[in-house]
Formats: sequence, structure tokens, C-alpha cells
Amino acid sequence: MAFALTPERELELADILGRYPNKMAATIPVLHLCQDQNGWVSPEVVTFVAATCDVPVAHVQGVVTFYTLFNQKPVGKHQVWVCRTLSCALRGADDVLHHCEKRLGIHVGETTKDGQVTLRTAECLAACGQAPMMQVDKDYHENLTLEQVDAILDRLKRS
Amino acid sequence: MIKHTTYLSRTYKLPDGHKLAAYEGVGGYKQARRVLSTMKREEVVDELKKANIRGRGGAGFPCGVKWSFMRPHPTKPAYLVINADEGEPGTFKDRTIMELNPHSVVEGCIIGCLGIGAHAAYVYVRDELHLSKARLWEAIKEARAKGYLGKRPFGVDYEVEVYVQTGGGAYICGEETALLNSLEGRRGEPRFKPPFPAQVGAFGCPTTVNNLETIAAVPTAFELGCEEFSKLSELHDTKDGGTRLFGVSGHVKTPGVFECCVGLTLRELVYDLGGGILGDGKLLGVIPGGSSCPILRPDELVNAPDEKSPLHRWHGKSVLDVPMGVDTYRALGTMLGTCCAIVLSDKADPVLAFHNLMRFYRHESCGQCTPCREGTGWIERILDKIVAGEGSLEELNLLHDVASGIMGNTICAFGEGAAMPALGFVQKFRPELEAYVKSGGKSGTGRLAP
Ligand SMILES: Cc1cc2nc3c(=O)[nH]c(=O)nc-3n(C[C@H](O)[C@H](O)[C@H](O)COP(=O)(O)O)c2cc1C
Ligand code: SF4
Ligand code: FES
Repeated sequence: MAFALTPERELELADILGRYPNKMAATIPVLHLCQDQNGWVSPEVVTFVAATCDVPVAHVQGVVTFYTLFNQKPVGKHQVWVCRTLSCALRGADDVLHHCEKRLGIHVGETTKDGQVTLRTAECLAACGQAPMMQVDKDYHENLTLEQVDAILDRLKRS
Repeated sequence: MIKHTTYLSRTYKLPDGHKLAAYEGVGGYKQARRVLSTMKREEVVDELKKANIRGRGGAGFPCGVKWSFMRPHPTKPAYLVINADEGEPGTFKDRTIMELNPHSVVEGCIIGCLGIGAHAAYVYVRDELHLSKARLWEAIKEARAKGYLGKRPFGVDYEVEVYVQTGGGAYICGEETALLNSLEGRRGEPRFKPPFPAQVGAFGCPTTVNNLETIAAVPTAFELGCEEFSKLSELHDTKDGGTRLFGVSGHVKTPGVFECCVGLTLRELVYDLGGGILGDGKLLGVIPGGSSCPILRPDELVNAPDEKSPLHRWHGKSVLDVPMGVDTYRALGTMLGTCCAIVLSDKADPVLAFHNLMRFYRHESCGQCTPCREGTGWIERILDKIVAGEGSLEELNLLHDVASGIMGNTICAFGEGAAMPALGFVQKFRPELEAYVKSGGKSGTGRLAP
């Protein structure tokens, strides 16, 4: 089925398209807008973005494959990114990551069986002074202890 | 000497400091109003040059000089692009401005647009910083509602619009030409230079790319008077002026971002602002300004007997006691970069730190240039082996050769940014690397966290 935006997101789309001298420049913001609604960039989303931004489908595919934040396949309801770069690693990011793997019963890159949580690693998320940290959906969780990680993961499994 | 200041961070501790009311309460938007109402474009640039604001994004290019490269084009508009990709490992300063003082960015953009002859500014923020983006949009809306943006800001006939643009999760988009491609809706692959952005930038038009902290410092410079602003710095005489944000992370007791006058030393950053080394550890090394800057060891002494050297004043002293400046640090063989230091204590295994960073660079290379794409992969694979206890002494030399082979052979400075820290680790941690190889990977602590 063809992809369509919700009415609220249609309004946002109009706003986005008004920001640039051409439509192509809206490609990345529009991809985010669609992914927010759809969870991932499906072939239907690619077609929609290509038509909306007046660019070839291959162009959109090239963009989607370049940037790590675009999901090329479906992901869990929630996404957890544990930063593993140096400042976080110096403050125990490895322990946080292993703890998440154990607690969720999955490896990095996988989604829990119930489809609730996808676990990933991230490169430096500009929170180095509050390490270790992880991003859960759109929120940062900083200065993490393993107890806090437990509380966050428990909440995600339920919500 | 530590000289704390609260210009860039003036609203950080105020309730609702990110809102217009708080910003105007501490004098915000007065400079944009004054500059727009009373100054000509050339006057803005000439004045700003005196501030000696060295680019806060890493390369340290003087902001006023960069603005002076912008020439009016007969048919094309000009653009101001603000770099808030903040992806350099160890760097977390621009985020504090966006979250806690976003109006300083908007005010800086208004002055910047006049200074370079643009009517639109795009602030490119990495996608993950959702709060930063929301705060910037909120600030833009507030400013527009007050009549500070739009067709006639402050009633002056000089249109200025500011927009926030989002990235998609790619470190390389911090490189200015990759950022421009990304802004245009393309893959974030760096472009060949020349042409430079001042000639052919965003949408094929003349463009200035400034780091977010750079532009946020502009209103303060105009408030104090640009020369006075510059003189706040210990390094004013060598054209490295003003105040800036210093970050410190890793093995220190109180990591964070601190605003101080330029001239702070690494020792002050680590031991005073950072509160000293975590636990009972000793300082092993500091990566001074983001991961692309070669590491410094505390036992290194300045060797500058030549009176003409910018380091001569500190000849024989510890490198930790040299003021942190763009030129002083270049002379030390490292870089000031983003001015956010990563501290390693002796509890950290330096070989694992080296490995962590090289994994990052291999992951983030955009792949356009063979020396960078293959070189970063090769370095990572050698380090994989060394960490697994299967490395050889020949491979230590190979690390050096591969890194040297990247230098100067790539489209963008990512290549050097990956190779220089590699060469730094190979040179400065040679004994540790050799011990690692000889002991089959057992000589280190085997951990990065204490
Ligand atoms: C690989 C790479 C990554 C970079 N990342 C950033 C970044 O995240 N933020 C930034 O402001 N500058 C970054 N830069 C520097 C920019 O290319 C550019 O020099 C800077 O934005 C110019 O602004 P300034 O003169 O105000 O510092 C990066 C450069 C390279 C080579
Ligand atoms: S140096 Fe590396 S990151 Fe830069 S353009 Fe070449 S391959 Fe891409
Ligand atoms: S290293 Fe994790 S946020 Fe920077």
C-alpha cells in the first residue's frame, strides 16, 4: 500500500518544504518525518520521499544507506543505543552494554522476541561528560548506574 | 591562570534560561539590534577581525578573516551555515549552548548574516540532539514573534531567516563540505576543495560555515567591543582571543563544560576544573581537543630553545603548563581541536584506548578515498590482532607506515584526523605496545574503566 502521512505530519511536511531553495534539501528531514511514523524506511516510504522531494528513487536509497539512523528494516518499538566511544568506554560503557545484552537476552543489533526493544551501539553522542550514557528513543540517559539501566529496561519492556 | 567567565554561558544557570525573556534580561539582542541598525557589512567584518575568535570547530581559523572571504555574487544569494554536528569523540560543548543559551545562536546568526551578506542561516544539528533542536526552534519562533527575524528584523530592511536542519547519524557530516552535501539532501560525502565554500557552498552559492560556539561568541564580542573581547585571552598578542568553552571527560572527578578565558592550561583543566584524577589513579595521558588530536603525556617537556618559537616562553616546562591555544598546541605537535579533553588515568589500558578510537575511525570513514577507507580498516585489523595477543613487532611498524600513508592523500581532513592520533599513540606508547605484543596481550590492565 502506498505510504501516506498523518494530517499533522502533512502540516509539518509543508513547513519543511518551505525552508529551502529546492525540494531535494528536504530529503533527510522528510525521511525522519516518515520514519517517525512508520518505524523504518520501507520501499513505500522511499517512493513517497522521492515523489515529495522531486528526486529519483535511487537518490533516496543512496541517502538512506549512507546515514546510520535510517532503519532499512523494521525495528523494535523502542530503540536503545549505548554509546561505546572512548569517553564513555573510560567510564564503563562496556559494562552497560553487556548488562543490556544479558538483561534483554539479545546481542547488539538484535530485537527482543516480543518486539519491544532493539539494542544498538552508538558512536559519541556528545554527552561525554555525563558518561556512561545511552539514548532511548529520543531521550538521553546519562551518568548511568547498572541499577538505573535495569529500571529503564524494565519500563521499556512494559510500555 | 584560570579566569572563569559567564558570557557564552550567561543564561546557563537562570531559570528558563533558554527562553527569550531570560536572554533579554541579561542584555540579549542588543548587539544584533545595534549592528543591524547602525553598521555596514564591511564595518562588521573589520570589527569582528579584532576579536580574534579562532574557529571553535577544530581547525582554529580566524572567524573575521573567514567572513572577509565572502564576496557579493551578481546573481546568487549567500548562506550562513552553522555546524552543530558535534560528533568529534570527547566533544560535548555545543550541546550546552543549544540547550541552555539558544538565543545566543540566533543573535549570532543575525549579526553573521549581515557580516557575510546572507539572508538565511541554516543550523545543522546532528539528529540525536532532539532537545537541542527543539530549543533552537523555540528560540527562532520567539525571536520571529518579537520581530527580530523575518523581513525587517528590528525594523531594519535586511531580511534574516534562521532554520534548523537535521543530520542522519554520520560523523563525517561535521566536515564542512560533507555537511553542505547533507544540507542539500545528499549523501554526506566531502567535496574536493577548491572550490571553497566561500565560492561554491550550499546550493552552489557562496557560503560561510561556522561552528556553533563560534557564532554564539559573536554577540559577546560586539557587546564588549571586539578588541576588549580578544584581550580577555592570555594569548591575545598571538591573535587567539576571548573566552571559550573547555570540556573535560574520562578519568576526572568532575567532568563537565566550563567557560574560561583562552589561556587556561591543561593542568588547570584536568586538576582544577576537572577535580583531578578519578579514584587513586595517576594521569597517564590527555587527548586535548577531541579524538583527532594526538595524545599528550604528562612527562613531556616543552623543547623550544629558539626564541622565535611560539613555545619559547615555556621552554623546559611540562606540556601541561602551556596555555591551550590554537598555535601553541600546533607547535606542541598536537592540536587544540574542539578544546574538549579526554583524560586517561593509569587504570586505563592505552592499547585498548587506541583500539577504541581506531574502530571509530574505520566505522566513520565515508569510503571515498582508498588510503582512508583501506588504511583505517587496516589499522583496526592490526589492533584487533594486537589486542587479542596475536600481534607482532613488525606490525607495530606497519601501524606507523599505514597511518603515514593516509596523511596528505585524501579528499578531506578526516584522513589526517584518523592518522595523527594513530601516529601519536604509536610514538608515545611504543613501550606499552611492545610489552603488549611480547606478553601476548597480558601486560595491560585489560580495561578502560577503572
Ligand atoms: C572529520 C571532520 C569532522 C568535523 N566535525 C566537526 C563538527 O562536528 N563540528 C564542527 O563545528 N566542526 C567540525 N569539523 C570542522 C569543520 O570542517 C569546519 O572547519 C568548521 O565547522 C568551521 O567552523 P569554525 O571555523 O567556526 O571552527 C570537522 C572536520 C572534519 C575534518
Ligand atoms: S578522507 Fe576519508 S572521510 Fe574524508 S573523503 Fe576521504 S574517505 Fe571520506
Ligand atoms: S563518548 Fe559517549 S557521549 Fe561522547
